[in-house]
Amino acid sequence: MRFVMKKKYYEDIRLFKYRSTFFWYLALVTGCLTIPIALDDYFISILTFICIYAVGALGLMLLAGFTGQVSMGHAAFFAIGSYTAAIITTKGGPLLLAIPAAGILAGLMGIIIGLPVLRLSGLYLSIATIALAFIVEEILVRWESLTRGNLGIYVESPSIGPLEFSSGISLYYLSFVVLIIVILLAKNILRSPTGRAMIAIRDSEVAAQAMGISLPKFKTTAFAISAFFTGIAGALYTYKISFINPESFTLLLSIEFLAMIIIGGLGSVHGAIFGAIFFVVLPNAIILTKDYLPKFVRDQTGLEAALFGLMIILFILFEPMGLYGRWLKIKYYFETFPLYKKDTFKREKSYQKVERQ
Amino acid sequence: MSFFEAKNISIRFGGIRALELVNFDVKKGEVFSIIGPNGAGKTTIFNCINRYYDLDEGAFIFNEKDISRVRPHVVANLGIARTFQNIELFRRMTVVDNLLLGRHRRRRSNLFAEALFTGFVRKQEIENREKAEDIIDFLDLQAYRDQIIENLPYGVQKTVEIGRALAMEPELLLLDEPSSGMTLEETEELSFWITDIKEELGITILMVEHNMKFIKEISDRTMAMSFGEVITQGTTAEVLEHPEVLKAYLGEEDAFTEN
Amino acid sequence: MNLLNEILQTILSGISVGCIYGLIALGFVMIFKATEVINFAQGELMMVGAFIAFSLISFFHLSYWTTLLLTTLIMALFGMIIERVVLRPLVGQPIFSLVMVTIGMMIFFKSVVSMIPFWGTDTYGFGTPFTEKLVRYNEIIVSWEHLSIIILTLLLILALFIFFRFTKMGVAMRATSQNQLAAVYMGISVNRVFSLTWVISAILGGFAGILLSPITFVHMNMGLIGLKAMPAAILGGFYSIPGAVVGGLIIGVTESLAGAYLPIGWKDVAAWIILILVLVIRPYGLFGTELKKKV
Repeated sequence: MRFVMKKKYYEDIRLFKYRSTFFWYLALVTGCLTIPIALDDYFISILTFICIYAVGALGLMLLAGFTGQVSMGHAAFFAIGSYTAAIITTKGGPLLLAIPAAGILAGLMGIIIGLPVLRLSGLYLSIATIALAFIVEEILVRWESLTRGNLGIYVESPSIGPLEFSSGISLYYLSFVVLIIVILLAKNILRSPTGRAMIAIRDSEVAAQAMGISLPKFKTTAFAISAFFTGIAGALYTYKISFINPESFTLLLSIEFLAMIIIGGLGSVHGAIFGAIFFVVLPNAIILTKDYLPKFVRDQTGLEAALFGLMIILFILFEPMGLYGRWLKIKYYFETFPLYKKDTFKREKSYQKVERQ
Repeated sequence: MSFFEAKNISIRFGGIRALELVNFDVKKGEVFSIIGPNGAGKTTIFNCINRYYDLDEGAFIFNEKDISRVRPHVVANLGIARTFQNIELFRRMTVVDNLLLGRHRRRRSNLFAEALFTGFVRKQEIENREKAEDIIDFLDLQAYRDQIIENLPYGVQKTVEIGRALAMEPELLLLDEPSSGMTLEETEELSFWITDIKEELGITILMVEHNMKFIKEISDRTMAMSFGEVITQGTTAEVLEHPEVLKAYLGEEDAFTEN
Repeated sequence: MNLLNEILQTILSGISVGCIYGLIALGFVMIFKATEVINFAQGELMMVGAFIAFSLISFFHLSYWTTLLLTTLIMALFGMIIERVVLRPLVGQPIFSLVMVTIGMMIFFKSVVSMIPFWGTDTYGFGTPFTEKLVRYNEIIVSWEHLSIIILTLLLILALFIFFRFTKMGVAMRATSQNQLAAVYMGISVNRVFSLTWVISAILGGFAGILLSPITFVHMNMGLIGLKAMPAAILGGFYSIPGAVVGGLIIGVTESLAGAYLPIGWKDVAAWIILILVLVIRPYGLFGTELKKKV
């Protein structure tokens, strides 16, 4: 535990609380930029996917983890971003247009869908977003003149001017830079009134209204920001796998995003990134260990999904604060050693509060 | 023209008349209390002012404006702050963040500036922080500044809730049973604060309260209710001596002497 | 007459599928009323029930009615175990966690079923006493398969109604769903109520699975059909038991008509479009009222 003598109010607002934190993050970013040069394509590919899913998970985290509105339809926004980028790129549009356009279109869809639906509270919203995901999936299949239906779209490597993102590493750098930008935007929003309003809505809608926070306005805002980020992730995904069809964007993808933020740790930016790392590394770890598993287990195609489902259940049962929560506990344990109290992070239970007739 | 006025307000839940043609008015700068047994409809009045429930009849007039049909968050933006009977704080945020949320209605920045955290947003945030710090000083909350609400004792949470309402710099403050669950010392402190809020900050207070001694001490005028109807209203001394009020509180006679 | 006959046929098959949606929606509503959790694994419970019934009939050569009884018992046990192992430790946690646990179960059950020998990813069918039997009324021809679904659903709902109305436990469950705390003060064991809720929901899922099998066959993706019961539950207001059944019927019939008379693709999204329309026009369903937290 360290204490900082604060002399100015800004010291409480800035992004890095301690000077050392800043240097750690700087080292991390430098590492992420330099180490991949020495890695082979397989690992670079893993890192790229981590960045892409982290952007999407961060989008969902803002909505579910910070605003408390659970969307089960984020695959739809991911798909809209993906298809926007694919269509713009195949029509010869520049990358610097395609990525923001993917985000903006997804964000707009978020607003359009959000306006009628966001008047609803939690449960109804979740189900409405499932409906959205199914409808978008069906549109992607049926609107063949635009999306080529089940045939899918093949996308060439994108480029900014003379700079072509053909090799694995250049695409990794692109994704990494996008991730950093998105993290900074999210962090900034979270330390300003909009972010606080979002968290307020999560903790108590009644009190939020009593503070002058308009629920429809800020829920829609959260929905739009979330869809924007997820759309951008979708665009990056298009460039990474260079072929998309509606089958890539099923309900399972939405659930996977939700699982990422739960396993990573709800209500923290770190959690989204930890969750993405976990999500990308787990199947690769299974592939690596497959040679050592008995044949009966090895041949199971459902193994990955089963483990994933089990992980969600186990995390909620035993580590509701996710990987990030575990990380905090370990850190705190060493910082306060030997004075660590077991129940430091224990949370009060809540019971049903809804009034019924 | 009065500062805040309830005109013939009525509301029914199913067949139950929770409020029946209630009339009262609050003058600028006073402490106005509502008393009555459980189920008299006191908190319901607050919930109606806040637009949590829709009135069936009647209206609330605040600064000559009918506020009984506006959207819920507008009530706060017009300058009415409130606390809740069962504490509705943002439980997983720190004390400072809760106070900063009280500043929400003063927000002048837009989303894009916030995402980039421009100089303007930064300046606004520092101002908000200063205001929050004033309130921390005012209510002696220094020790709890960076603590998560969940971990704080009940009395402190109640104080934070008052602080959050004050951070809004309201014209009218609604306090829902501010002294309930507080210790004797805390209640005493509270009565000083309320006087200060009235006199130093010039905020008008509308209060629901059970503690008769507390009301005697700080309330200028009082209204007594029972089963959704007004029994009597007037100066606090008059109301507390009113035979109907005594009857409604019969068996609770101790309420006047204890505490 | 031919066209009329065709429409009637379509509606009837819609009603029978709607009954199944209704049964699954009932499962949703039961658990939601008691615990405010949407059980996303409800469709998977149906799938598991169907696979169990299939195994009993195909491998153990039991009769249809014995299978129905045994599946009910196994599903009851299954529901009880789920509640005891996964959900009870989470009582008092945020609803979001509980919902996510059911989503975890949804993925888990599906992939585990795909790994079990003789179940796996293939599609199976089994014969019932109603297979390929027809009823003829004037020119209208109705298959017994569809009729049996309707009749069995009606019987099941009647049984539920009697249970909630006249048994002590049923009344206790209703009380708990209205006010948990008051129920505890009255000496009702909330744990037992929750346990029973899951048992009943699992039984409903199993029943739906058995009834649905002749129509869609038994396969690991049956659970997706269960998701369509969600619009049914919303339509009914999510708190109302008759509402769930009516909602199921509306969804079933609309879907069936959309499949017959609209271009390809509409059938799959019909339920979801209805859902969005309901949410926009009447957010709390046909039978529901808005619920508010007490402040």
